[in-house]
Amino acid sequence: MDSIARYFSAHSQNLVGALGRISRQPLGSSMTIAVIAIALALPSGLHVMVNNVRILSGSLESAVDFTVYLDMSVDEESAQVLARDVEARPDVNRAVLIDRAQALVDFRAYSGFGEALDTLEENPLPHALVVRPAGGTQGDVEALARDLDEMQQTALVQLDTAWVERLRSLAELANRAVGIATVLLSLAVVVVIGNTIRLEINNRREEIEVIKLVGGSDGYVRRPFLYLGLCYGLGGGIVAAITTAVGLGLISTPARSLAQLYDSGYRLVGLSAGQTVLLLGGGAILGWAGAVIATARHLRDVDPT
Amino acid sequence: MIHFENVSKRYPAGREALSGVNFRLEKGEMAFLTGPSGAGKSTVLKLVALIERATRGTVLVGNQNTARIPRRRIPLFRRRIGIIFQDHKLLNDRTVFDNVALPLMIASHRRRELERRVRAALDQVGLLEYEKHSPLSLSTGEQQRVGIARAVASRPELVIADEPTGNLDPDLSLDIMRLFERFNKVGVTLLIATHDLELIDKLQHRRLRLDHGKVVDEPE
Repeated sequence: MDSIARYFSAHSQNLVGALGRISRQPLGSSMTIAVIAIALALPSGLHVMVNNVRILSGSLESAVDFTVYLDMSVDEESAQVLARDVEARPDVNRAVLIDRAQALVDFRAYSGFGEALDTLEENPLPHALVVRPAGGTQGDVEALARDLDEMQQTALVQLDTAWVERLRSLAELANRAVGIATVLLSLAVVVVIGNTIRLEINNRREEIEVIKLVGGSDGYVRRPFLYLGLCYGLGGGIVAAITTAVGLGLISTPARSLAQLYDSGYRLVGLSAGQTVLLLGGGAILGWAGAVIATARHLRDVDPT
Repeated sequence: MIHFENVSKRYPAGREALSGVNFRLEKGEMAFLTGPSGAGKSTVLKLVALIERATRGTVLVGNQNTARIPRRRIPLFRRRIGIIFQDHKLLNDRTVFDNVALPLMIASHRRRELERRVRAALDQVGLLEYEKHSPLSLSTGEQQRVGIARAVASRPELVIADEPTGNLDPDLSLDIMRLFERFNKVGVTLLIATHDLELIDKLQHRRLRLDHGKVVDEPE
């Protein structure tokens, strides 16, 4: 029981000592933590982005409206009947008729060809149905589009989910790239902390020698440096998590506006609690690892013998 | 306690500091290691503390053959010896208290016991009220005394000292030697290197005189 208490107090002393050392050199420590924070924030920020794109493309897949342009011979009444029939289908969520007149008004408003249109005698636009599928996979949506294409009154079906597919593939590619970047940046963190620890060891040469002369074991000498590395890594992780959250906050408003333009209630997803713990824990472990490597290589050189 | 058997030490630069040194220091004995500067006094003490290893011969400390102690066991070995250095070797970024407490912290003593021993040691060297000072604010002599307190705080069986009174005035030097004698009375083995012959003439103890790399025993 007593030895557990002593073990605990020795380690907590080291932790407090490490925090003390960091705070006593605010400028140097801040720079080290900033570098680590950047190295950790990049993969986590990218990961969040990729995650959001994945979710977005997933939700877009089955919510892509497509347009069925009807034959010019179809009159308005028939078009309305057709709209109701299509909407009645189980694989259709909504089917909205945009009649020729409305289409012309919209076209004039959005395209900027307003004046050119005035020169035309007749309305060149057909009636059109905007169909929203009722969910389902990519295959289901394509099957629906084919069905509607085969209808007698249909002139053209404009189904453009290709861009969603492309988006998804892009997201997967980005995910892999982010994975590689994460590995490389984690190595960077280990190296940066390792170097910082090496410098610390060098600065405290005399102290280390004295401790060894008075009977301090290698473990005793090493422990404060390990905790220093851990604190740097953890500090970097915390700053990285904050940075990611702030960055996300900055783009969440424009992102929501963009989503609303697409009639989507989509909102940006940030780092989950589990991911944040992973970031902090990962930072701490990388810091510890950097210190382990640095002490293994450099502590041996500092010896009174 | 200490047994040097035909010990020689040659440094890499080629200088032979000791050639065939023989002496025994029994448990509970106190002896001075004398000789002019450069005679090899420090070398003898370094061999005892395993700061250096002998090139030839056997160095036995506390019945342990130091040649058989591997590198990783050296710290444990050193914990049984109180070492007083010529240049005191204090840590300037810690208080006097923390400096003296260092060997006790390494041996993970309990807090109360640690405080007791540190204060007792500081009291013995007369520096109790300097507990919270930084070593930088002390005179050389006071720093030296802190070093002595550190060496004895953990109550080691053996204390070796390299010129412990080097920076002290004659009165204080004598006080320190009397302090060593008190330690000796309670059973601590002491080996003190000094070239202050005037001082040790006042004290009647065994002398090991280093002369051209060899030890000449001059009993009390």
